Amino acid sequence: MSAMPSNKPTNVVIAGLGGQGVIKASDILADVAVAAGLDVKKSELHGMSQRGGSVSSDVRFGQRIFSPMVTAGEADFLVVVAPDQIEVNRDLLAPGGILIEPSQIDASKLSTQKSLNVALLGALSKHLPFADEAWRAALMRNLPEKLHEANFKSFSIGQGR
Amino acid sequence: MNQPTQGELSLLSGDEAVALASLDAAVALGTGYPGTPSTEILETFAALGGRAQWAPNEKVAMEVAIGVAFAGARALVTMKHVGLNVAADPLFTVALTRLDGGLVIVSADDPGMASSQNEQDNRRYAVAAGVAMLEPADSQEAYDFTLRAFQLSERFQAPVLLRMTTRVCHAKTLVRRGSIQIAPPQPAHFEHDFASRVMIPAYAKPAHKRMRQTLADLAAWNQDEGPNQLVPGEKSLGIVTSGVSYQHVREAAPDASVLKLGMTYPLPIERIREFAKGVDRCMVIEEGDPYLVEQLRTAGIAVEGKPEAFRFGELNVARVRRILSGDLTPEPKPVPGKPPALCPGCPHRIAFNALHELDCIVAGDIGCYSLGVLPPFDAMDSLVCMGAAIGVGLGLRHALPIEQARRVVSVIGDSTFVHSGLTGLVEMVYNPPKGGHVVILLDNGTTAMTGLQEHPGTGRTLAHAATGKVIFEDLARALGIPNVHVVDPTPDPEAFKQLVKSALDKEELTLIIARRNCLLAAGAIRQYERCPA
Repeated sequence: MSAMPSNKPTNVVIAGLGGQGVIKASDILADVAVAAGLDVKKSELHGMSQRGGSVSSDVRFGQRIFSPMVTAGEADFLVVVAPDQIEVNRDLLAPGGILIEPSQIDASKLSTQKSLNVALLGALSKHLPFADEAWRAALMRNLPEKLHEANFKSFSIGQGR
Repeated sequence: MNQPTQGELSLLSGDEAVALASLDAAVALGTGYPGTPSTEILETFAALGGRAQWAPNEKVAMEVAIGVAFAGARALVTMKHVGLNVAADPLFTVALTRLDGGLVIVSADDPGMASSQNEQDNRRYAVAAGVAMLEPADSQEAYDFTLRAFQLSERFQAPVLLRMTTRVCHAKTLVRRGSIQIAPPQPAHFEHDFASRVMIPAYAKPAHKRMRQTLADLAAWNQDEGPNQLVPGEKSLGIVTSGVSYQHVREAAPDASVLKLGMTYPLPIERIREFAKGVDRCMVIEEGDPYLVEQLRTAGIAVEGKPEAFRFGELNVARVRRILSGDLTPEPKPVPGKPPALCPGCPHRIAFNALHELDCIVAGDIGCYSLGVLPPFDAMDSLVCMGAAIGVGLGLRHALPIEQARRVVSVIGDSTFVHSGLTGLVEMVYNPPKGGHVVILLDNGTTAMTGLQEHPGTGRTLAHAATGKVIFEDLARALGIPNVHVVDPTPDPEAFKQLVKSALDKEELTLIIARRNCLLAAGAIRQYERCPA
């Protein structure tokens, strides 16, 4: 776990294709940050993008957040659920920013590919100052009960455990 | 969304915040027509226990809301920016009337056209119609300004426009419920007041003068106690801004003096003049049209606006930095993502394949099926506004040489048809083209594009409960259209194509209803039909 400078916002972009749980992943991340008492903003575009097209969601948190959008070239983390969406979004990353993508996950261990979004959050979590219990609570608040166990497991797999 | 308790902080979209405020204002009725980015307001209001309903279109929604306000109750009416064009007729005249209850009109604009056919700036409507306008900059303000809008509407007995944009509607930011307390509404009641609500010329003439006086009173209120905020900063740069642009400004120019306007019509002109005088350089940062710039310059306040290039699309922090530094070098183009497409197995695919193969000239309309313009279909030749398919198709038929005219087809979806295709059908019966005409109604049993909302043709309410149902084929036959076919194109695409071909060859008026439920909605529709709410 790395510490964040307290006055600089953390910028995360989660990207993929419609139906991959991009928005759900960003909801969970935003929820963890809210529970930590931070200011949080989250933004994405709805509408046409829902028809199988590219989807991305910006999540920003810190002491005080103004714009709800991550500025291109200023994302600290880029989490991409669909491999073919990496190049589309790479310009969003800040110099030295961290890319988190499916090849970093041992997909064979996932009980369902549908939880790849949560596994990637697990990988992201290693870089953020939120406790495992806080993530677990956020997963529970944002997913139906029958999916809890499978997603806890996917999250752990993403953490490399 | 879970209902937060009073005083609790929760992460809400601007749309959800408007819904929560409407609940706290005890709004008697929320009505509107689905349209990105406004749709979630009424859906959330209903989910929170409020009374919300979809109207056939925005004009009807506005009229229903006016009736609620004439009855002394609180009414909320929601729509996307282009919806206000449809509702403009009642808007311009309700502005002259005296309301007994509160009337708040949400216009959700879409700068950058994330999901719209234009990026019109509806701040112009406030001026043109003479209606007060509030512009929230985040979800807390969406909550606060909705409550303030009801307070203002009741105090000044006039409608209030709550103008939002995509990034305010859909961004989630923290909201504390109960930040503003509003008095409970009065009980609904009615008293005759002919001169205030019957806009015949004899009453409308004094009503217009009264409206101008109300706007002057609102301007004075905005000057003294309006929801405007001064952020003190360096004297070298002052920025006047509003809405989500404020957020970008604070980040792009953290040291500047900022005057953030919450009520952008009528403007607190003297307050802005004073602010501009106190800084060396005064800039206006606004998305879309140069609305504030023009208003301020007309009032004799010297302000700098943005270069024309920034009139197009949304603003963001990087673009605001460019505007402030005068950087006119070409902006980096984002790498294009995967474009949207009709879902695999979507019933619309069969219709557009047929139209492509028959080399039709297709007057199209607004919905998922607008994607019929893209390869591999290339089967849409026009898209203007909701319902335009039928009128535009008729016009093409009237004007084109016969060999082209007989290939013209109008294509319209079910929700769009109810919204404003009905009058087009009436026109077709009344002024039929010489070679007849063919209209294809793509009936997928839902308003798919905006997220599967109900409409009068589904026979279910906003909350999916059974209600009266408009039967399209009965309607068409009652209008006197001689050929009305109802088919499911999916089982036999070739038969569908032959049906369209024979309809074109027949040179009469034909309506083909291609009926099959949207794949995304089919499961839910089966559930609603099994267990009617």
